[in-house]
Amino acid sequence: MNEPGASRLPAGLRLPFDPLLALAAIGLMAASLVTLNASTSQDVPGDPHYYVTRQGVFFAIGTLLAVVLSRIDYSRFRELKYGIYGLMMAGLLLVAVFGGVTRGSRRAIQLPFFEVQASELGKVLLIAALAAFVVDHARRLGERDTTARLVLIGMVPAMFVMVSDLGSGLVYIAILFAALFVAGVSWRHFAGLVTLGVVSIALVLSAAPAVGVTVLTPEQSSRLTSFLSPSEVSGDAGYQQNQARIAIGSGQKTGRGKLATQATLNFLPEERTDFAFAVVGERWGFAGAGLLLSLYALLVWRGLRILTMAKNLYGALIAGGVVAMLLFQVFINVGMNVGIMPITGIPLPLFSYGGSSVLATLLAIGLLQSIYAQGRFAAATKRRGLPF
Amino acid sequence: MMESSGDRRAPITPQLALRVAILGGVAFALFAIVFFRLWYLQVLSGDKFLAQATVNRVREVSIQAPRGKIVDRSGKTIVANKVAVVVELDPAKLPEEERELAAKWAFDVNQRAARPKGQRGDPIPIPRTPTAELRERYQRLGRVLNLPGSEIHRRVVRSLVLVPYSNVRLKTDVPLSTLAFISERPELFSGVTVDQTYVRDYPNDSLAAQILGTIGEISPKEKKDPRFRGVPTGTIIGKDGLERAYDRYLRGVDGKQRIQVDAFGRPAPNPRLKNDEPIAGQRLRLSLDLSLQRTTQTRLAEIGGGRPGAAIALDPRDGAILAMASHPTFDPAVLTKPFTQERYEALTGEDTGKPLFNRAIAGQYPTGSTFKAITALAGLEKGLITPGTTINDTGCITVGEAERCNARDAKYGPVDLARAIQVSSDVYFYTLGMSAFYSPGDDHVIQRYARKLGFGRATGIDLPGEDDGVIPDKQWREDINQIERDCRKEKGISLTVNVFAAGAKGCGISDLREYNLGDTVNLAIGQGDLQATPLQLAVSYAAIANKGKVVVPHLGLEILRANGELVQRIERDPARRVDIDEADRQAVARGLHLAASAPGGTSADVFAGWNHGAYPVHGKTGTAERQPKADQSWYVAYVPDPKRPIVVAVTVEEGGFGAATAAPIACRMLAKFYEQQVGCAAGEDQSQ
Repeated sequence: MNEPGASRLPAGLRLPFDPLLALAAIGLMAASLVTLNASTSQDVPGDPHYYVTRQGVFFAIGTLLAVVLSRIDYSRFRELKYGIYGLMMAGLLLVAVFGGVTRGSRRAIQLPFFEVQASELGKVLLIAALAAFVVDHARRLGERDTTARLVLIGMVPAMFVMVSDLGSGLVYIAILFAALFVAGVSWRHFAGLVTLGVVSIALVLSAAPAVGVTVLTPEQSSRLTSFLSPSEVSGDAGYQQNQARIAIGSGQKTGRGKLATQATLNFLPEERTDFAFAVVGERWGFAGAGLLLSLYALLVWRGLRILTMAKNLYGALIAGGVVAMLLFQVFINVGMNVGIMPITGIPLPLFSYGGSSVLATLLAIGLLQSIYAQGRFAAATKRRGLPF
Repeated sequence: MMESSGDRRAPITPQLALRVAILGGVAFALFAIVFFRLWYLQVLSGDKFLAQATVNRVREVSIQAPRGKIVDRSGKTIVANKVAVVVELDPAKLPEEERELAAKWAFDVNQRAARPKGQRGDPIPIPRTPTAELRERYQRLGRVLNLPGSEIHRRVVRSLVLVPYSNVRLKTDVPLSTLAFISERPELFSGVTVDQTYVRDYPNDSLAAQILGTIGEISPKEKKDPRFRGVPTGTIIGKDGLERAYDRYLRGVDGKQRIQVDAFGRPAPNPRLKNDEPIAGQRLRLSLDLSLQRTTQTRLAEIGGGRPGAAIALDPRDGAILAMASHPTFDPAVLTKPFTQERYEALTGEDTGKPLFNRAIAGQYPTGSTFKAITALAGLEKGLITPGTTINDTGCITVGEAERCNARDAKYGPVDLARAIQVSSDVYFYTLGMSAFYSPGDDHVIQRYARKLGFGRATGIDLPGEDDGVIPDKQWREDINQIERDCRKEKGISLTVNVFAAGAKGCGISDLREYNLGDTVNLAIGQGDLQATPLQLAVSYAAIANKGKVVVPHLGLEILRANGELVQRIERDPARRVDIDEADRQAVARGLHLAASAPGGTSADVFAGWNHGAYPVHGKTGTAERQPKADQSWYVAYVPDPKRPIVVAVTVEEGGFGAATAAPIACRMLAKFYEQQVGCAAGEDQSQ
C-alpha cells in the first residue's frame, strides 16, 4: 500500500464509507439515548442518568470498534474461520457452565463492570464463520452433502443457544438460512429444510408434551400460549403484552409526552430492553414509532445494497447474514411490542439497553461498512485499470 | 490478491439479484405489517387504549358528601351530622400470607359458586389467621377497638377480596381517647389509619324518632329502582321515613378523590388529576313545631301511662303536620351503629310495643265515637236526618234481633243532632245507622261519605309506610270471606268450624257471614270492622273544620341550601273538596263544641277552665272496644282559630274512656299551642 497519493493519509482513512448506513446507526443510537433518558430517570435512585450514561459508553466503544473494523478488509477473517467459530462455541459453552440466570434463561457471564451475553456476540461471529464455510463449499453448493454440512455447522450453535434462550437461537437459525439463501442453495433443499423446520416445531409444540417430553421451559410455553390466546391467560406474559399494547395504543398519533404513564408508572415491563419500543410508541406516538421503524428500514435497505456491492461472495454472505439478523430481530421485537409476535427476549438492535447487543450490532455494522469500503475501492481501482 | 477461485465472481449474478430481490421483498412485507399494525393500534384504536391507560393508573376513592340537615318550622335542628372517626387498616401493610389467604379463599368461594345449586356443600369458612404474628397484631387492635381479633381477620379478608385496594374499615365512631391511644403507638398498630365519616346526629334524643327514618348504603335491589338511577354503589341513602321520602334533596353528591398509582399500587402524585368535591345535601325544613312535638311526646307517654299510642297535630288549612308522636319511642342514634339481635328485637318486638312502628300513620284501629261526626254528616247529606231531627233516647234500642244500649246505661231523653254528639248518644246513632242500612237504593251511605273524607285509603302524607285502613262494606266482606275460604281450603279446615278454631290453625280472618245490618250499625258508632289511622281521623276533622277541604297532610315544607337560602317549596297534591252543606256542618260543629264546653259534654270536664271564647274547642271523645284487649281511648278535636287553626287526634291503646287519657293529652297539646294555663284533668265521662 505504498502507491503515490495515498501517502498523506493512513490507508484506512482513505477508504470510503456508506453515509446513509452511518446516518441510520447514529439516528438509532440517538433515539435510544433520548428514550432511555425519558424512561429510566426514576429507575436508579439518585442517579437519573445511570442507564443513559452506560448505554452511551457502550455506543462509544461499539462505534470505535465499528470504525476500526470498517477500515480492515473483512476478507481476512475468512482465514480465521476456525478461530472465530471456536471462539463463538467457547463463549457459548462458558455461559452454559458459568453463566448467571436471567428470567429463566442462562445467558450471561458476569464481569465486574458489565455482563457479557455470549449469544449476542456469537451472532456476529457466526455470520463471519458461516460465510467462510459457505465460500469454501461454493463450488458444490448444489449437492445435498454440502447443504447438510452447512446446516450442521449453523444448527449446532443455534441449538446450543436455544436450550436457554429460544429467541436468540431463532436469530442464529435466521442467520443460517440467510447464508444458505444468499449463497444460492437450491430451492429444493430449501423446501426440504423448511419442511423439516415445520415438522420439528410441530413436534416441540404438540407431540413432545403429549408424550411427556418437556422441550420448552414453562416460561417459554406460557409466553407462547399467552400470545396465541391472550384472553385465556391472565398470567405474567399476557399482562406484559397487554400493557405494551396499551402503552403503544395510548400514544395515538403524536404521543403522550411527559404524561406517558404506562412507562413512568411501571405498568410497562422491561421498558429498557424488550419493551423499549413501546416507550417510544407511548411517548412520541405514531410519529415517533414510525420514524424509528424508518431508521431500521434504512438500515436494512443499506444492508441489502451493500450486499450487492460486495467485492466477493464472502462479503455478500456476511452482508446477507447481517441483514437477516437485523431484520429478524427488529420484526420479532417490534412484533412482540405491538402484539403480533409472542414474547421472546430478543433486543431491538442499537435501541434496547444492553452492552452485548449494542456491541454485536455495531460490529455487524462495522463489517457492513468494511464490505462497502472494500467494494467501492475494488470497483474504483478496476475502473482506473490499476491492479490492486 | 491471493483469493481462492470460489471467492472470485462477477459483481452480481442474475441468481443473486433474484435472491436479494426476494430478501428485499420479505423485508418490505415485514415492515409493512408492522406499520399497519402500528397504524391500527395508535391511530385507529388509540382512544380505547388511552382510556385503558387511565383506568390503569387512576384509582377513584369516594368522598362522602354530608347529608342535609332536617330542621323544624322555625329552623331548629332535628337531625344534623357529626364527624365520626373511622379506624381502618391499610391493606398494603399486611403480610403476604394474609393476602394469599384471601386470594385462596376467594378462589374457593368462586369454585363453590360455580357448582350447581344443591351440590355446593357448606359455605367456605374463612381460614384462621395465617401467622401468629398477625394474630397477635389483630388481637392487640381488637382489644382497643372492642372487637375480637378473629372478627378483624374476617373483615380484612372479605375486604381484600371485594375491594383489594381500599382500606379495610374496622370500626366507625371510635372515641377520641381510643384514637389517641392508637396514634401515640404507631409501632404497635402498624398499618392502622384513621379516616372520617359523617354519621347522623340527633340532638333531641327521641324527638320525632319514627318519622325521621334511617340511612344506609344503597342495596343492590335499590340500585335497580329508577329513583336511584345513577347512584354509585356505596352511596349512603335514606332507608325509610323522611330520610327516604326526601332522599334526593338530603343526599347530596359524593365527591371523588382521584389518586394516581403505579403498577404496584403505590401512590404517584399527579397535580393534573382533579378531585370532584362532594356537594353537600340540601336542608329540609319541616312543618313540625319542635316545642309542640316535645309536649305531645311527653304528655302522650306520661298521661298515656306508657301504653302504646299516637298523637297528631296538624294545620287544617293545608295539612301541615305540627306534631306527630308515636309511643313507645326510641333514640334514633342507636340506628346509626351496628346493633345486636337483642337491641333489634327491643326495637321491633311486641313485648316492647314495637318502638320503630309509627302508630300515627300505620296504626289501624276502630275509632269509637269519634266517628259519629262522620256518620252525622253522611246522614245529613243523604237527608236521613236534619239538624233538628229529634230522637227519644230511652237508653236502649232493638237492632235486628239484638238489644243495644248506651254506655253505663245512660238515658238522654229527647236528643237532637247537636245534643246527640255532645253527650255521645249511641241510641241516636244506632237509629241513624239503621236508616242508613235501609236507605232505599243505597245501603252504603256512611261508607261512601267516610271514603270522601279520606277513610279507607292512604292520606298521601310524605312518609313511607302509611296504611289504608278499612271501611267495611259488602264488597269488603265478600273479599275477606273469599280469602278465608281459600285459606281454609288450602289448610283443610272445615268451613263450618268457628272463627277462633280456624284462627288457631292459621286462618280465621273472617267468620264467613254475610254483610248485615249489624255491620252498618256498628260502623255508625265507629265500631265493628272499621279500621282507621289517627292521621285519617285528623284529616277528616280538618275537613269539617275547613268546610269540606280534604287536605293532604305533609311534613316537608321547603328545601333550603346549607346556608338557609330557599331552593324550593315542596309541591303537594292539591286538597280535595267535599261539598258539605254549611247548615249541616254547623250543626255537627255545634255538637262538637258543646261536647268540649257545655255541661254534660263528654270532654267538658277535661277542658274545665279553658278559654272557649278565644279558642273554641270542638272535640269528640271515643272509646273503641277491641276485645280481648281493654278499650282504646280516642280524642279528636279542632279549634277554628282564624289565625292559627289546629286539629289534634290522640289515641291510647287500652287507655280506657276517651275522656280518661286521650282527651287530657289533646288538651295539653292545645294548651301548649295556644299558651293556655289549664289543668286538663282526666274527665269523668264514660260514654262510648
